[in-house]
Amino acid sequence: MGRYILGRLISAIPVLLGITVIVFLIMALIPGDPATAILGSYATPENVEKLNRDLGLDKPLVSQYFIWLGNMLQGDFGTSFSLNRPVIDEVLERFNATLILAGTSFVICSVLGIMAGVISAANQYGWADKGITFVVLLGISIPSFFLGMMMILFFSVNLRVFPVSGMWPIYGTRDIWALLNHLVLPATALAVVATGVIARLSRSAMLEVLRQDFIRTARAKGVHERGVIWRHALKAAMVSIIPVLGIQAGFVLSGAVYIEIVFQWPGVGRMLVDAILTRDILLVQGGVVFVAACYVLFNIVVDVAQSLLDPRIKT
Amino acid sequence: MMGFLKLLARNRLALAGGIVLSFVVLLALITPLLPLAEPNVTNTAARFQKPFSEGALLGTDHLGRDLLSRLMWGTRLSLAVGFAAAVVAATLGAAIGIVAGFYGGRTDNLIMRGVDMLMAFPYILLALAIVAALGPGLFNALIAVAAVNVPFFARNIRGITVGIAHKEFVDAARLAGLSNTRIILTEILPNVIPVIVIAMSTTIGWMILETAGLSFLGLGSQPPQADLGSMLGEARSALITNPHTSVVPGIMILIIVMSINLLGDGVRDALDPRLKSGALSRPMAATLVSRKDPVPPAEGKGLLEVQELQTQFHVKDRVYRAVGGVSLHVKPGECLGVIGESGSGKSVTALSVMGLVASPPGVITGGAVRYDGEDLIGAPYRKLREMRGRNVAYIFQDPLATLHPLYKVGDQLIEAIRSHRPISKSEGQAKAIDLLKAVRIPNAEKRISDHPHEMSGGMRQRVGIAMALANDPDIIIADEPTTALDVTVQAQILSLLDDLRRSRGLAIVFITHDFGVVGQLCDRVAVMYAGRIVEEGPTQSVLETPTHPYTARLMACVPELGAGKRRLEAIPGLPPVVDKLPKGCAFADRCDRVQADCRQGEIDLEREGTRAVRCIHPVIPLKEAAE
Ligand code: SF4
Repeated sequence: MGRYILGRLISAIPVLLGITVIVFLIMALIPGDPATAILGSYATPENVEKLNRDLGLDKPLVSQYFIWLGNMLQGDFGTSFSLNRPVIDEVLERFNATLILAGTSFVICSVLGIMAGVISAANQYGWADKGITFVVLLGISIPSFFLGMMMILFFSVNLRVFPVSGMWPIYGTRDIWALLNHLVLPATALAVVATGVIARLSRSAMLEVLRQDFIRTARAKGVHERGVIWRHALKAAMVSIIPVLGIQAGFVLSGAVYIEIVFQWPGVGRMLVDAILTRDILLVQGGVVFVAACYVLFNIVVDVAQSLLDPRIKT
Repeated sequence: MMGFLKLLARNRLALAGGIVLSFVVLLALITPLLPLAEPNVTNTAARFQKPFSEGALLGTDHLGRDLLSRLMWGTRLSLAVGFAAAVVAATLGAAIGIVAGFYGGRTDNLIMRGVDMLMAFPYILLALAIVAALGPGLFNALIAVAAVNVPFFARNIRGITVGIAHKEFVDAARLAGLSNTRIILTEILPNVIPVIVIAMSTTIGWMILETAGLSFLGLGSQPPQADLGSMLGEARSALITNPHTSVVPGIMILIIVMSINLLGDGVRDALDPRLKSGALSRPMAATLVSRKDPVPPAEGKGLLEVQELQTQFHVKDRVYRAVGGVSLHVKPGECLGVIGESGSGKSVTALSVMGLVASPPGVITGGAVRYDGEDLIGAPYRKLREMRGRNVAYIFQDPLATLHPLYKVGDQLIEAIRSHRPISKSEGQAKAIDLLKAVRIPNAEKRISDHPHEMSGGMRQRVGIAMALANDPDIIIADEPTTALDVTVQAQILSLLDDLRRSRGLAIVFITHDFGVVGQLCDRVAVMYAGRIVEEGPTQSVLETPTHPYTARLMACVPELGAGKRRLEAIPGLPPVVDKLPKGCAFADRCDRVQADCRQGEIDLEREGTRAVRCIHPVIPLKEAAE
């Protein structure tokens, strides 16, 4: 197992490098003089000169890339001019908030999505299946930002059961309950689309598995139908559900952008949008590379989970 | 194409989605012609008017602009941008995919690596990076959304192209000296265009949603121009005081995306042939039963009695009579062979006993199955489940498919026991080891923690047998348990089953297509053809004097006992399709003794002592054979 994880980590290196190349190339699209673009309204002659020196902006593109990469490998993502703070500090702080939000959402959509899919498949064409199918269709069609706004309207303004926005109460203690209270609405709104997608795929994966011979064997030996569905069929279906979970984690992570705006959650997504609007290029660059890298690493975790589930995968 | 449209129209949800979508698109197209207020004219005196107020059907926004007008123009813009993004993404993606798929090799490798990298990004993040570089604006948002969707198209189209690039007509074009560009344009492109269109129709909803999203964030359309996303974004600050300004554009996005999704699902279902045949149905816990005729009374012939069993498959409006009135019985310690070609209904008969025929499409429509005199067909599921494995156990063909691939064999054995009585973990473990020893698996202590794929075929089938023995059943139904195995292993498994039968007094129903196996193991044999029994009797007697022409032919196909796979197919012709059974003898078309009266009407199973035959011109008169 150790060797398998190591192997996956090593094979992630080219992907990570590819990500930096893509981000670098996108940033090279910026029209005009890069230093002035990066600095924006902070473009004093001294600042321009310092930036040119730090980033090698006067050198050819290839060496610029390696300077940038070298800096990043040393943990130096540059300095945000609008915040006057090292990019990495800001990103780490914000990513923490995003992780809490997206992580919770991911748990919600995985659990609910799989359960809904299994129930749907087990009652194929029954009322539970039809009901779930309809709710799922609604869920994957509603824009998360609109849903979030409607949830605020209903739960926070009308029913007054959850706070309108933010991660912490403005006054009062910052304990886990306060956090959970603030987390319920945004995490749910963020989870809805992914729940729908996971439910759909779980349903079809289950239907596929339920027709397999080993399900008949389980029934033939007298296993309860509950065990047939939730143990035998679900375990086998997980082989095709887990990769979907990995993909959906990416959607949840990036969908957090909208939810963070709607609920004023102090996460990386909101930081990125603000940074784009203030044209804080280094902050955008650093944030995107960091989040994408985390996602690549998360996918290794998914692969490992897959290999733990399925002994046929050579570890 | 017409068939496809018909199929699509039959799906009511898809139809509804299509109608709603066409209506919205139509409205968007004629928006400039409608008598609407100017969408961008502000009137601060009439801010935040509620819906249905004078002169503003949907009210006004924070600048007093008419919401209805803005909604129509916004919808127009959102649809146009989403559609444009889809076209751009599809065109670029298809171009990349075709080049990669057509040229293959290095080019392909390089391109697909790049595509994989792009796909490693969380989607919206990539779009944000592009907008960050190009600057906010609707056109840039369009580029960003199109760009992040290119890899999806590239990958799909490449897959299709690879398939086409090696077809004969492409090779022919190459030999004819056409240039690669010509081949791509004239041979490849026409074949991938349908796929492109379908991929587009399934992603366009996403693109509309994503461009709306970027506009919502303030990175797309810039004021005063507004698409649905930026309308929603601007309305957000007044969400609590004037929710209608948010609800109006939000609902519109929902309607558009939902109708596209409905239509897309319809398209997908209409194209998926598996859905048409109903093959994606999940088998239920027990076979459906719908018996119209009265249940035959118990006859007390044996421990297991199958009486006039009828099992059918109902697929759409066709009915396949897989088992058309089969009667069998077996006593404790006895082994009954059921032999026939594939499709003869022998397996369906066996599975019907414990309600294991997949349903849908299977339905048991008549007869009875009695265990110790009690009818199981009418029994409730709970009763059936309790008996499965405990009173009647099964051994199936191909244990690689019939054992759960992800559980250790030991755990699967323990589960079989636990399904019927509670035992502790260590007790279960010990019992599992005993069971593996009973089926002569060496090194049983180690083997219980193997997964099925780590064992050889023969070992796996021993596990299958051990599982059947786990609860000391009285009857074992073995459905071609040795067919997938090679000859020596086959012989070992047969002798194991024979020993178990003698030492435990098991009744065995042995389903096979192999007379050699029957001769080795079975006391009696029943020959099935087209869902019915055509001959029955003690094995020795049937082997010596087969009376039914079909039996005689079956035996002629057997080269010698225990040698390899025997070819039943050596009988010329094919068995009749069970939904179109001919009148009279089902074997008539293949029979060399056929006469006119064979096709007249129903032929009964005639009994004489222990022998029975369903034939009016038997090879040997039944009386003689029975002596
Ligand atoms: S009934 Fe006639 S056709 Fe049928 S098996 Fe006997 S001889 Fe052949």
